[in-house]
Amino acid sequence: MNLSLRVLAFATAALIGVGFALVFFYVPNEADQGFIQKIFYLHVPLAIIALGGFIVGGIHAIRHLRSGDPVHDARSYVSIHTSVIFGVAVLITGAIWAKASWGRWWVWDEPTLVSFLIVFLLYATYYPLRYAIPDRERQARYASVFAITAGAFVPLNFMAVRAAQSLVHPRTFATADGGLTGEMWLTFLVCFAGMAALWWLLVRFELTAKRTSGQVSRLRRALDADPSLPGTGVAARIAPGTSR
Amino acid sequence: MSSPPSTPSVIATILAKDLRVELRTLQSVPAMVLFSTTIYVVFRFGLDRTRLAGSLAAGVLLVTILFAALLAVNRLFVAEREQGGFEAVRLAPVDGTALFFAKAGALVVYLVALEIVALPVFWLFFLDSGEGLLPLLPVLLLLDVGLAVTGALISPIATNSTARDLIGPLILLPLLVPPMIAASAAGQRLLAGPGPDYDRYGTWLGILGLYDLIFLLIGWAVFDFLLED
Amino acid sequence: MLLAATPALPLDEAGKYVAAAYIVFVLLLLIYVGLMAAKLARISRDLEELADLAESRAEPAPAREEVRA
Repeated sequence: MNLSLRVLAFATAALIGVGFALVFFYVPNEADQGFIQKIFYLHVPLAIIALGGFIVGGIHAIRHLRSGDPVHDARSYVSIHTSVIFGVAVLITGAIWAKASWGRWWVWDEPTLVSFLIVFLLYATYYPLRYAIPDRERQARYASVFAITAGAFVPLNFMAVRAAQSLVHPRTFATADGGLTGEMWLTFLVCFAGMAALWWLLVRFELTAKRTSGQVSRLRRALDADPSLPGTGVAARIAPGTSR
Repeated sequence: MSSPPSTPSVIATILAKDLRVELRTLQSVPAMVLFSTTIYVVFRFGLDRTRLAGSLAAGVLLVTILFAALLAVNRLFVAEREQGGFEAVRLAPVDGTALFFAKAGALVVYLVALEIVALPVFWLFFLDSGEGLLPLLPVLLLLDVGLAVTGALISPIATNSTARDLIGPLILLPLLVPPMIAASAAGQRLLAGPGPDYDRYGTWLGILGLYDLIFLLIGWAVFDFLLED
Repeated sequence: MLLAATPALPLDEAGKYVAAAYIVFVLLLLIYVGLMAAKLARISRDLEELADLAESRAEPAPAREEVRA
């Protein structure tokens, strides 16, 4: 699907707008947790999309290793990068939810949140990894190896943390496997779709920015390449060391 | 005239070479042993305990093994980087993943050698009874394989980067959380005060085994890409 | 099953936390947009200077003649 950025942005705004409206004006409060539970419609879609984004990053990494095309590496990087940002939002909203429900900003009782923290810590090492390898091609290749390894790690991690939870502690947060009414499902799905669209929008946006940056660099190099023309070297002073 | 050597024989050759070098230079294992003993002492004071049981015992033992493994991982591929081992494997008509399996194998050997000393010392320092140690052995062995396989996968990345000693442990530690969780869960039950508790013993072994298998497969699939120039 | 575990907070107390969560989300989004806007501004500036440079090379001689005259 090659939606233009404009269409995608509009769809994202619409979905999120409608989703939030449903959260605050339509869906009834959940019996057990009351008003607090409304955080669920924000926190859970963000989490699922972030994890999905990591997996997508791993898939792009596989394509990168197989083809050697740096386009796939760019997609892998941006997917992971966007998911890490979503991850920050997940952890903060999760902490707020924990504080509201349990009075503490962090609880170890909720296995999903703990698993997510571990995954987040792993993917946070993606940046130091990339910065520590100066050679472009090698950096991309190693990053892809990491993205694949980390992607396979995600399900393993959730399983291990879940198994280690003492059976005495009940799951504290009602999630999709609790009893969700039809209205809750609808609200959840709309919010989920909105977050998915947002993720995709941010990824496309950043990829476009990167591509444009790259083109500016090419232009700069091309303008500097012809020594017979006056003003050589000027271009190099413009836009030095464009983004990585 | 002679066909290229089979992968198992290449693995054996590289592994034998590494073990021979280790025996001669004693670079890794003695440091790991000394390190772990000192860590025990630090824990004795840090936790203000002279006897450990249950989760504290498992925690101290496993964290010690983990950190000793990080030491070994950091120097696993140094020789390859400095003496052209990567190029040699790349140019030779052998499967690059042989290097991966050989290095992982070497790490397992080092960790087992470490535990041969570190476990009795742990028993001496902290345990009232060694009952739980025997059923703990399979857990430790599977954990060692997990540490070795993941270490052998991440180590070349770290060795070939500029932040060498930092990047390795940084990436490795989150990856090792699942096997550590499983090993701790098993360990705290086996080392429990009243006596070893076999609650879900099979589950923990299962998680460790699954982890080992998955990372072996991943290493087998992607290691070649780490060898490329 | 967990009815006893979760505290029943009064609405305005709970409302603050929910609001905080959604506000955090919006803030993060705005920060992202801000950073991207800055990046775009930089690219724009660079492109404009490069365009000027390219144009000045396209017709250097006549321009200089004009200036001297």
